[in-house]
Amino acid sequence: MRAFPAVRGSGKVADPDESDSMNVATGQQDEILIRIRGLHTVLNGKTIFDGVDLDIPRGRVTGIMGPSGTGKTTLLRHITGQLAPDAGEILVAGKSVWKLDREALFELREKIGYLFQNSALLTDFSVFENVAFPLRQHMKLPEELVRNIVFTKLQAVGLRGAAQLMPSELSGGMIRRVALARAIVRDPMLIIYDEPFVGLDPIALNQIVKLIRTLNDTLRVTAILVAHEFSAVRRVADHIHLLAGGKIVADGAPETLARGATPWTRQFFSGEADGPVPFHYPAPDYARQLGLSA
Amino acid sequence: MAQRHSFQVGTGLFILLGFAALAYLATQTTSLANYRQGPSYDIVARFTNIGQLKLRAPVKVAGVRVGSVAGIALEPDKLDARVTLSIDDRYDKIPDDSSASIFTSGLLGDQYVALQPGGSPTNFKGGDEVVLTQSSMQLEELIGKYLVGGDAAKPKSPDAAASGDKKE
Amino acid sequence: MLAKGLAQIGACGLFLVQILRALPRSLRYLRETVRQVFFVGAMSLTIIMICGLFVGMVLGLQLYHTLSIFGGTAALGTVVALSLYRELGPVVTALLFAGRAGTSITAEIGLMRATDQLDAMEMMAVDPLAYVVAPRFLAGVIAMPLLACVFNALGIFGAHLVGVNWLGLDSGTFWSNMTSGVDVWTDVMNGVWKSAVFGAVCTLIATFQGYTTPPTSEGVAYATTRTVVFSSIATLAIDFVMTAFLM
Repeated sequence: MRAFPAVRGSGKVADPDESDSMNVATGQQDEILIRIRGLHTVLNGKTIFDGVDLDIPRGRVTGIMGPSGTGKTTLLRHITGQLAPDAGEILVAGKSVWKLDREALFELREKIGYLFQNSALLTDFSVFENVAFPLRQHMKLPEELVRNIVFTKLQAVGLRGAAQLMPSELSGGMIRRVALARAIVRDPMLIIYDEPFVGLDPIALNQIVKLIRTLNDTLRVTAILVAHEFSAVRRVADHIHLLAGGKIVADGAPETLARGATPWTRQFFSGEADGPVPFHYPAPDYARQLGLSA
Repeated sequence: MAQRHSFQVGTGLFILLGFAALAYLATQTTSLANYRQGPSYDIVARFTNIGQLKLRAPVKVAGVRVGSVAGIALEPDKLDARVTLSIDDRYDKIPDDSSASIFTSGLLGDQYVALQPGGSPTNFKGGDEVVLTQSSMQLEELIGKYLVGGDAAKPKSPDAAASGDKKE
Repeated sequence: MLAKGLAQIGACGLFLVQILRALPRSLRYLRETVRQVFFVGAMSLTIIMICGLFVGMVLGLQLYHTLSIFGGTAALGTVVALSLYRELGPVVTALLFAGRAGTSITAEIGLMRATDQLDAMEMMAVDPLAYVVAPRFLAGVIAMPLLACVFNALGIFGAHLVGVNWLGLDSGTFWSNMTSGVDVWTDVMNGVWKSAVFGAVCTLIATFQGYTTPPTSEGVAYATTRTVVFSSIATLAIDFVMTAFLM
């Protein structure tokens, strides 16, 4: 498949049959891996997405930022087929996620590494078995090979020495790194980081930042990074989309966005309490509710 | 790995224990236990009334179980009950003039066949018939006799009369 | 209230269908099923054996005194065995199982839900129904009858202890009456079928409550309580229906 990489035009949706080995292919920086068009979602009566269009290029780290509650995690759940949108189309590697049957969806998910917000390690398995889990479930590999792969990945996140510990014996930062090792154990074409920096001390945070950057630099894996710590995201992301009010309100390279002058970017990146994202939750008129107006 | 192995051993032991318990319940505490008799020989006894006697009810000599009821049938011409008693081979010294009676264990218990040993020098062997029999005592008949008076309840069979005589 | 209850029962029934559909796929995770038989079965042995022994002893004591009024103490073995095999064994085992294994299944699956472990499996292309739920369901169906048999055996032992060793009933009478009064198919196996059904119902309720719990600590706590309450009610109700049909 590496034989004809140049045939593909930039911006063209990847041929589903040829997308498998693309995770290591270089020279296709602009090819679109995920294409989202006209996404509409209403959850519990609240409009989460109101016409979102988004392209995620292959081989890059794409940051998705936005205030809490704007549906960043929901967007990821749409992309991975966990939650159905109300309208719109989501193409991952050329396949419409919501038209796949269960088998095909699982086949697609096997190529996606997902780092959960709270890591979601399986609590009754050791670190080693947690990382080995995707291998054991989907491939009949000899034990020797499983060991080698798992230790390689654990070495990459610096936790080879903790292989026999249980998740309950690890600190928050270590758990995050184990989860990262598990997410990359099958060399996925796409890694999704859902809030990877939340609740980490500065040291652990920097370790994760470094890992994400290294992974992308060495393997050219496509990555989606959902977070709201701009200082961390700007160090890893190639491109950032700012999501607010159900729409993409700004996008661009981190440095461009930081200098940006739209009200959204100004409020978000300088952390002003009030602005386009209102401080007050929608409420009836204050004076009337207190019974002050005649 | 060792941990995973111990689960399998533990599960294996548990399943073994469970089936051992099931096998124990099924073979030792049920009527299957009664089948577990060695070779046996059959003798036949006729009763005018067997009351509640059931298949596989015990046959006892001096209160000790020696066999079980293997068959119950109605004699078409004489209209009395023909009960086949299956006696364990190791109890082969039962005199052939022994009598058979149907008793109830306790007031409300199950019925069983009791053999009263006689004095004959020869013993029962397969196919023999017990000549002296005493039918099941019917509670209702006894009560009837007491209520209506001895002569009013006409004895229907010689052995019922015998039991009636004893009471009066 | 009634509508909510019916909706719960309906959802539970649909969940059963989903489990049954996932069963063939869960055969790949045989090792997981073995592990679960260990957890729900072998780990419940202690409580089952102790309770079986005491239930048998109290039955021996109570029934001896009641039967002695009618002069029927000889029937003690039969009565104990029949009440254990047909009713008390399966039912009490199911109630204990709901409290011991059912709650831990609910709490375990509920916490897996709350900590995104189920979603993580989904994302690793492992079906949690086949990997988590179905093995536990199977384990319940396998373990419950075996536990009930152990319970019964210990119960008989307890009744023998009280009736024969303490109250002086003749051992031969105890056993011979039992063996002539108890049948393999209508009594022993009847209880085994019952407890297999109870095993299915109790683990269905436990897994359903865990799987659908709101992902909060409060939600898991309520779900655990509901597991015990619903399992107990379902066990006794189904016991009545099955007894009515199997008699």
